[in-house]
Amino acid sequence: MKAPGFDYRAPRRLAEATAILQDAGPDGRVLAGGQSLMPMMNMRIVAPQILVDINRIEDLARLEVDGGTLRVGALVRHVDILNSPLVAAGWPLMREATTYVAHPAIRNRGTTCGSVAHNDPAAEHPSVLLTLGGSVVIASAGGRREVQAHDFLQGIMTTALEPGEMVVELRYPAARPGTGWAFVEFARRLGDFALGGAAALLTMRHGVCEEARLTLVGMGEGPVRVLAAEELLTGQRIDAAGARDLFAAAARLAMGSVEPTEDVHAGSGYRRHLAGVMTRRALNTALARSRGEHHA
Amino acid sequence: MPEQLSITLTVNGRTHTKDVAARTSLADFLRDQLHLTGTHLGCEHGVCGACTVTVDGRTVRSCLMLAVQADGREVTTIEGLKDPQGAWHPVQKAFFEHFAIQCGFCTPGFFATAIELLGSHPDPTEAQIREYLSGNICRCSGYQAIVEAVQAAAAALREQATQGHAPRERALHDHERG
Repeated sequence: MKAPGFDYRAPRRLAEATAILQDAGPDGRVLAGGQSLMPMMNMRIVAPQILVDINRIEDLARLEVDGGTLRVGALVRHVDILNSPLVAAGWPLMREATTYVAHPAIRNRGTTCGSVAHNDPAAEHPSVLLTLGGSVVIASAGGRREVQAHDFLQGIMTTALEPGEMVVELRYPAARPGTGWAFVEFARRLGDFALGGAAALLTMRHGVCEEARLTLVGMGEGPVRVLAAEELLTGQRIDAAGARDLFAAAARLAMGSVEPTEDVHAGSGYRRHLAGVMTRRALNTALARSRGEHHA
Repeated sequence: MPEQLSITLTVNGRTHTKDVAARTSLADFLRDQLHLTGTHLGCEHGVCGACTVTVDGRTVRSCLMLAVQADGREVTTIEGLKDPQGAWHPVQKAFFEHFAIQCGFCTPGFFATAIELLGSHPDPTEAQIREYLSGNICRCSGYQAIVEAVQAAAAALREQATQGHAPRERALHDHERG
């Protein structure tokens, strides 16, 4: 179908955009990459009255490192993340997750900030932001505020954004030395929304896990941190022999932490099983990478 | 009648200034206002890939981009793929020769995606081709012939690059001879 009508605004400065959004209130909507919003408008799931196209605000296209923090502006597209040497060197989890995002033509338009602001439970970027302990910078006519990922992401396509506000930047702290990473997903076809996935970080020092992060994707109302598994792993000596049992235990905790929904693509039990498989794969790969091994 | 916005853009090397409604997609604009009906509309929500065109050198789903967003941009559609002498693009030629076209509905989108792939990967593996084309759906020819066509087009483009100018006639000639 075709999108219903709307008033179209394309400001060139952020201050103009936030002024329009303030006047529009709940009737306004930000258009960045449009790879989620436009399908929803074409299918008439949403019908914003005022569409604020931010694509002409050049300041928002910045992708830079500032004091060890990666800053991703609201017009940074998935393809920019994939092509960035900065991201590859310092935020490899984010790069790996982005390889799972849709298809080339979608990655050429879609933005990382848009994915987080949309917060589809099956999307990759909300889980990456949560796993890395990142934050969201929000602008409005009244000023700016910074919200931690776990406070921003509130449920299925629900965030802490208020009417009149827009996401202008994501901030990702750098991982500590000795941290292995992995982002894994399972989908029936390349580029499809995943049936399930997992993101893992293991910070290892002399064979002991100093910090563990584990997040499940596509298993609930949004990304799910498996805190019980993180607690289990933290402080443990993890060698090749012991990893098998330890990661199996973490996988059981992951399976117990989710109540996956059923749909035409997979049943709840299947998805729960997948939570365990994805957890084991992610932890094994993260452990190998923490030792500098390249693990495909 | 909804508010009309004036846009100026270049399509296949030609500049157009037109009035469009804000809600008009780039795909509908190309088809209905420029009468370039080679861009096909399938799902209209970004899933099928049929409407893929190139904007400022990058492929986009033209059903998910508004015509007003193409203001000031350069667009290439399937109608712009032939060279100035009217010879087919090597990707077009390879699809024809490898029976990678049946009904042709998906084909313009495949061309745009394959050309983008070969711009960054002159010698792609089969796996790279399948991954890159995974966002374009074909329901009748099957994908094997399409993958083989992209491999053949890659070889033809590499040969062009080593032979310098006036490559297409040469490649065609060589092919017919042997």
